[in-house]
Amino acid sequence: MSLTWLRVALAFYGVGLLYALVALTRTSEILSKIALHAAYLGMVFHLVSLTEAVVQSGQLASASIHNAESLLAFLIMIVFMLAYLVYKTTSPGIVVFPLVFLLTFVAATNQQPLVVTSVAVKHSWLAVHILMIFTGYAALFLSFGASILYLLQERALKSKSRSGMFSRLPSLQVIDDIGYRSLMLGFPFMTLGLIAGSVVAAFAYGKVDFLDPKILLSVLMWAVYLLMVYTRLEAGWRGRRAAMLASVAFVTAIVAWIANYFSGMHRFIAS
Amino acid sequence: MRFQLIGVNHKTAPVEVRERLAVPESRLPDACKKLMEHPAVSEGMIVSTCNRVEFIANMKNGAGDLRDFMSEYFQVDRSQFESHLYEFKEDDAIRHLFRVASSLDSMVVGEPQILGQVKEAYATARAVGAVRAQLDQLLTRAFAVAKRVRTETAIGSSSVSIASVAVELAEKIFGNLQGKCVYLVGAGKMSELAARHLLAHGASSIFVANRTYDRAIRMAQKFDGQAIEFSRLYDTCDAADIVITSTGAPHFIFRPEHAEKFLSKRRNRPMFFIDIAVPRDVDPEMNKLDGIFVYDIDDLQQAVSTHVADRKKEAEKAEAIVSGEVQKFHARLQTLDVVPTIVSLQDHLETIRQAEIDRVRGRLGSLTTDQEMAVEALSRGIINKIMHTPISTLKTAARDPESTTVVDLVRRLFNLRDSEKDKAADKEAAITGQSNRGAHN
Repeated sequence: MSLTWLRVALAFYGVGLLYALVALTRTSEILSKIALHAAYLGMVFHLVSLTEAVVQSGQLASASIHNAESLLAFLIMIVFMLAYLVYKTTSPGIVVFPLVFLLTFVAATNQQPLVVTSVAVKHSWLAVHILMIFTGYAALFLSFGASILYLLQERALKSKSRSGMFSRLPSLQVIDDIGYRSLMLGFPFMTLGLIAGSVVAAFAYGKVDFLDPKILLSVLMWAVYLLMVYTRLEAGWRGRRAAMLASVAFVTAIVAWIANYFSGMHRFIAS
Repeated sequence: MRFQLIGVNHKTAPVEVRERLAVPESRLPDACKKLMEHPAVSEGMIVSTCNRVEFIANMKNGAGDLRDFMSEYFQVDRSQFESHLYEFKEDDAIRHLFRVASSLDSMVVGEPQILGQVKEAYATARAVGAVRAQLDQLLTRAFAVAKRVRTETAIGSSSVSIASVAVELAEKIFGNLQGKCVYLVGAGKMSELAARHLLAHGASSIFVANRTYDRAIRMAQKFDGQAIEFSRLYDTCDAADIVITSTGAPHFIFRPEHAEKFLSKRRNRPMFFIDIAVPRDVDPEMNKLDGIFVYDIDDLQQAVSTHVADRKKEAEKAEAIVSGEVQKFHARLQTLDVVPTIVSLQDHLETIRQAEIDRVRGRLGSLTTDQEMAVEALSRGIINKIMHTPISTLKTAARDPESTTVVDLVRRLFNLRDSEKDKAADKEAAITGQSNRGAHN
C-alpha cells in the first residue's frame, strides 16, 4: 500500500520534473506555480507512504532502510520547501526536482522486499544515524544545486546577455544565501549522523571498521564537506570554486551511496 | 458631443515652439477658464508638459476653431505654430488621448509620468468647472485604459535609462541594495545620476574620490557621503560593493591585480564596476575574475536599447488595446446620446397608441372620417402631453453630469433597447400580444 501512495507522489513530482525541463529553455510563471502545488501534494502522499511503511514494519530504523531512497527524496523536498518559504523562489527546483523524481522513481519501482540481515537494525541509534545522515545529504544536494545556479547566473551576468531563464533566476545574493544556509544546516546533521553511525558500529561489532569502503567514503565526504564549510567561512569561497568543491562532495556522496552494495556493514540485501 | 483635440508634441514641434505654447502650472486654471469663454467650447482642458501642449475640448455643434483661441491666448501669430499643430476630431481625438495617457505617444514609450500629468491637468480643469459630463467620462475612461495597458502589457517593466539599468544589474547581483556601499571615482554628472538612483533603491553609504579633492568634497556633501583623497583610492576601495568610475584618465585605473587585492580583503564578496568613462577606467580583463562584474558604457547602452526594442513590441499590444477601447467608448457614447433615447421613446409610445386604437376599433363600429381624425387627435394629444416633460428633461440632462443616470433610468423605465434586432423582437412580441388579447376578447 505504501508503494501505491509513493507512486501517486511520483506522479506529482513528475510535474516538477516537467517544470525543471521547461525552465531550462524558457520561463513560465504558471508552470512554476503548478509545479509548486504538485510538489506540495506529492509531499503529502509521500509522507503518507513513509508513515505507512513505518507502521507496517513497526520500526523507524528498518523502515528507513527499506525506504532509503524514498526517505532521502522526502528530506530533500523538505529542505527545498524551507528554501522556498524563505526566498520565494522555485529556481532550485531546476536541480532538485529531477533528483527527487529519480530517487522516488527508484524507490517506487523497487518492489523486491529487502531482507535485513544486519544485527544492528533494532538499535534506535541506527534510526538517528540514518535520519541525520540523510538530512545532511538532502542539505548537501540543495547546496550543490544552488552552486550550479550560482555558476549559471554568474556566467549570464558576465556575458552580459540578459535573456532566457537567467533573467528570472533570483539574484546572485539570494542563490548564494540558499547555498550557504543549506551548507551550514547540513554540516551538523552529517557530523552527528556519522557519530551516531560509529556508536552503532561500536555497539554492534565492538569496533568501527574504517577500511570498509562505505565508511571510508563517508568519512572522505565529510572531510570534503568540512573543507567546503571552512573555505566558505574563512575565504568566502563562492561561485566557481565553491561549485567545484560541492561537485566533489556530491560525487563522493553518490559513490558512498553505491558503496552500500559493497559494504560489509551496510549490505542489507540478502544475496 | 464633438470632441476636438489640438496641440503640439516633441515629434511635431521643436522646443522653441513648445516653450512658446507651454502653459505653466500656476496659470493653468486661468487658461482653462479662458478656454471656456470661447463661444464654441462647452467643455475643455489643457495638458501642458515639457513634451507636449494639448487642448482638448467638447465643442458645441462641432463648430469653432481652437487655433484662434491659441493665437489669442498666447499672443502668437498663427503662422508661427500652425505648421507644427496636429488636430484630431471625434474618435481620432479619443484615440489620441488614450494613447497619450497610456504613454504610447511619449518620447520614452512607457514612461509612467505622463499619466500623472494628465491626471493633474484633469483635476485642475475640473476644479474650475471646465470639465463636466462628457469630458469627465472621456478622461475617466482614458485613465482606465492607461491602467489596462500597464497591467496587461510589459510596456513599463524594463529600464530604459543608463541609471536604471545600473540599478537593475546591481539588484541582480546583490539582491536588495540595502546597506550596500557605492564608491564614485570621478565626480561627473552621469555618475551622480547613477548614484542617486542607487541610493533611492536602498544603497546606504557613498564615497567619492576625485583628482581634485574639492570637487570630491562638494559631491560627497550632496549625498551626505565621504570624500576620499585620490591617493587613498586603492586602500579604501575594497569597502565598496558598487564602484562607478567616470574619470578623464587616459589609462585604466582599475586592473586585475587591484581587483584581486580587493577580493581577498573582502573575502570574495562580489563587486560591481560600472565604468561610464571614455576612455575606459576599468580593465575589461577584470570581468574574468570570479566575483567581479564589469559593465562599461556600451554594455549599459546595449541593455537600454534591447529594452527599448522590447518596449516597442509591447507597444503594439498596447495599440490593440487602445483601438478596442476607442470602439467601446464610441459605442457607449452613442447609447448615452439622448437623441436616440428620445426617438425610441417616441417610437415605443406610438406603437402602444396604434395597438390600442386597433384593439378598440371593432367595438367602435364604423366611423366617419371626422370621427376617425378625432380619435387620432385625442390619442396623439394625450401622448404628446405626457411626453413633453420627460423629453425636455432628457434634453436638459444631456448638458448635465447626471445625464448617464437619467438616460439609463428612462431606458429602463420604458424598457427601451438599442439594437435593431431587439426592435424586431419587440415588434414581434407586440403582434403576438395583440392577437392574444384579441383572443381574450
